[in-house]
Amino acid sequence: MNEGPLHSITALFDTPDEIIRAAEEVSRAGYTRYDVNTPYPVRGMDKAMRLRQSRLGIFTLIFGLLGTITAVGFMTWVTLVDYRLVIGGKPFWTWPAFVPIAFEVTVLLASVLTAVTMIVLYFKFPNISHPLHDTPYMKQVSSDKFGISIQANDPKFDEAAVRQLLRSLGGKEIAPIYFDAEGLSHGQRLFDPKFLGALVLTAIVVSGATYFSFNKLLFMQPFSWMSEQNKLKAQMPSDFFKDGIGMRPPVEGTVDRGFLPYPFKGKPEEAGRNLVNPLLPTPAVLARGKAKFLTFCSPCHGNFARGDSRLQGQFPNPPTLHSDKVRNWPDGNIYSVITDGQNVMPSYASQISREDRWAIILYIRALQRAQNAKESDFK
Amino acid sequence: MSNPLPAEAVRKELPAKVTRLAWILFVLGVVFSGAGYLLDAKRSALNNIVGFMFLASLASGSVFLVALEYLAGAVWSVPMRRVSEFLAGLMPFVPLLAIPLLFHLRDVFQWTHAGTVASDNVLASKSSYLNVGFFIARFIGVFLVLNLFCFLFTRNSKKQDVTRDPRLTTINVRLAAVFMPVFAFALTIVAVDWAMSLEAHWYSTIFGVYYFAGTVLAGLAAATYIIVRFHESGFLPGLRRDHFYSLGALLFAFINFWAYIAFSQFLLIWYANLPEETFWFLNRWRDGWEYVSILLIIVHFVVPYFALLTQDSKMDPKRLKLMSLWILFAHLLDIYWLVMPSYGGGVPLSWMEIGFPILLVGLVMIVLSFKLKRNNLVPIGDPKLDRGLSFRL
Repeated sequence: MNEGPLHSITALFDTPDEIIRAAEEVSRAGYTRYDVNTPYPVRGMDKAMRLRQSRLGIFTLIFGLLGTITAVGFMTWVTLVDYRLVIGGKPFWTWPAFVPIAFEVTVLLASVLTAVTMIVLYFKFPNISHPLHDTPYMKQVSSDKFGISIQANDPKFDEAAVRQLLRSLGGKEIAPIYFDAEGLSHGQRLFDPKFLGALVLTAIVVSGATYFSFNKLLFMQPFSWMSEQNKLKAQMPSDFFKDGIGMRPPVEGTVDRGFLPYPFKGKPEEAGRNLVNPLLPTPAVLARGKAKFLTFCSPCHGNFARGDSRLQGQFPNPPTLHSDKVRNWPDGNIYSVITDGQNVMPSYASQISREDRWAIILYIRALQRAQNAKESDFK
Repeated sequence: MSNPLPAEAVRKELPAKVTRLAWILFVLGVVFSGAGYLLDAKRSALNNIVGFMFLASLASGSVFLVALEYLAGAVWSVPMRRVSEFLAGLMPFVPLLAIPLLFHLRDVFQWTHAGTVASDNVLASKSSYLNVGFFIARFIGVFLVLNLFCFLFTRNSKKQDVTRDPRLTTINVRLAAVFMPVFAFALTIVAVDWAMSLEAHWYSTIFGVYYFAGTVLAGLAAATYIIVRFHESGFLPGLRRDHFYSLGALLFAFINFWAYIAFSQFLLIWYANLPEETFWFLNRWRDGWEYVSILLIIVHFVVPYFALLTQDSKMDPKRLKLMSLWILFAHLLDIYWLVMPSYGGGVPLSWMEIGFPILLVGLVMIVLSFKLKRNNLVPIGDPKLDRGLSFRL
């Protein structure tokens, strides 16, 4: 063991009453740099040691409030600004739902950050150890003994006098504690193999436990009861039906809600003759048409319907919609193409609602007129 | 065994003045509540339920604390255990207090009306549990069992004063292990039968726990108040700040527990937003009850929370005395808030609501003075007493 300079003289006591008396006497003797180590918090020790009230509580309060503000602020931002979502018909900002989360985050930040603060303040981070660690003294005071350590940097420190005082108080196993050679240089402790090993082990245990719970445990009984229910899901077979198929087609003659018959399937000219655009080109309708056009049509036909999208040259070239043919088509003819598809273009009937198709057509008309503007349009 | 207490500290009597006051309060309470019954039977029956639930929680909370001490092997509370044992001696009076109620079940419980039940699907489906015969059978069964345990705990503890036999402690520990699950069932039955079934369409699975939180608080607060009063008048020497701190910490813990349970009950019902559950809270949010509801949160949680938050306040006997009385009042308010909205039409508050509380205060004091006369104030035969007196945190 590399022994450095003296850190402190320690003594052990058997009962809490003895250690309180010892602390009182040591502080009465005028020592200020000493500490007491007990297996559990001994009530009244702060008075015996004449300690000022610890400032750690204020840190905890600040961290706790920080947690509350963080949680409430974040949930307020999410529910009011970032992602407004109606949940259960309740208002967006609902305090009862925030209480459990705010409480948890408060406790989490208060406890974790307090622990971090203690490490920073008491171990003088990045040093993560203390000369008393890993000593026989520390082993005993963390099981059933009560210890006191008077530090060598105390202004009144004199080794013989301290030993004499501790002996007169009834202290047992009076022993010196030395700095480790490495304990003196703070930074190195951070790369202690033991510490790094503990970090790696923690990482392995935590990630292993997480993997196990999410990928294995949740699929074991009884945790799987929520997901493995006695019901038919899509694509599942079933003995209940004669054909063994779980998914049932709708009853014959079923129609969708809002169903309208469309008799012009595969007959674009007839559609062009018989269908009339039910919408008027109001700004709202054009905005709707523009949005849908940009979503569904522009990938091939281009943002301005010139057939100049980035698909050019990779496919049969998508046609421009500014050709005379399309300009002279009646609305119903375009409607038929969107509904049924044409050549390579598939049907968009299931993706674009009827109203939106008509709105898109009005927007295409606006684009066509913008590309082929007449003199009168500029007046 | 060495006995660290002087003999005169062990056997004490309440001053005659206190006993006289107790009888005056008791008689006044009987007169007030009797007159209430003559004037408005329904309202008085509800007030009677408030008083009954309060006394039931006080007595069973005290038995619970005694059993908990045995079960957990607690040492610190041994010198004060007799106070809880005395309060547990209220148990025989709890069913007595319910006797006038048994004649007025029809005034308060909707499910006793055969016609209403027949025309109401929800009540009809609950009628296998909520019917008068089974109700009375449960009432008798619950209080027989509670009184039996109460009797056994106290008898063994008293016997130990004379025989100093440590085996009696072992017997009580085993008894406590049996008692705990029985207690959980019994208390849930009391809460469901006498408070939840007032609005019989409503149900909350956490209701028994809610009542339990108040029960422990009541038993603890009453014991704390009496312990501090006894300590001040020299009845219980040898108690230290460590003992008071433990009492204060337990009070603080159960105040938080009550708030936790109360909020859990509210949050789930608020979230699910089902009409058959929410109406219970809506009944407590109109006709002036909203002020009582807010007052309950402040009185039962906010004030005691901050009053007992710091370490020093938990050790201060004066603070503890004030807060334990405060918590007893809060528990009364809590039960009032549970029971009285079923009266309908605003917050009933007049001299009629005072009858049962002062009757109970008188009763508790009378029982206490009787118990003090006949029993040692400290369990001198308990093998843990020495350690309890030298208890250090």
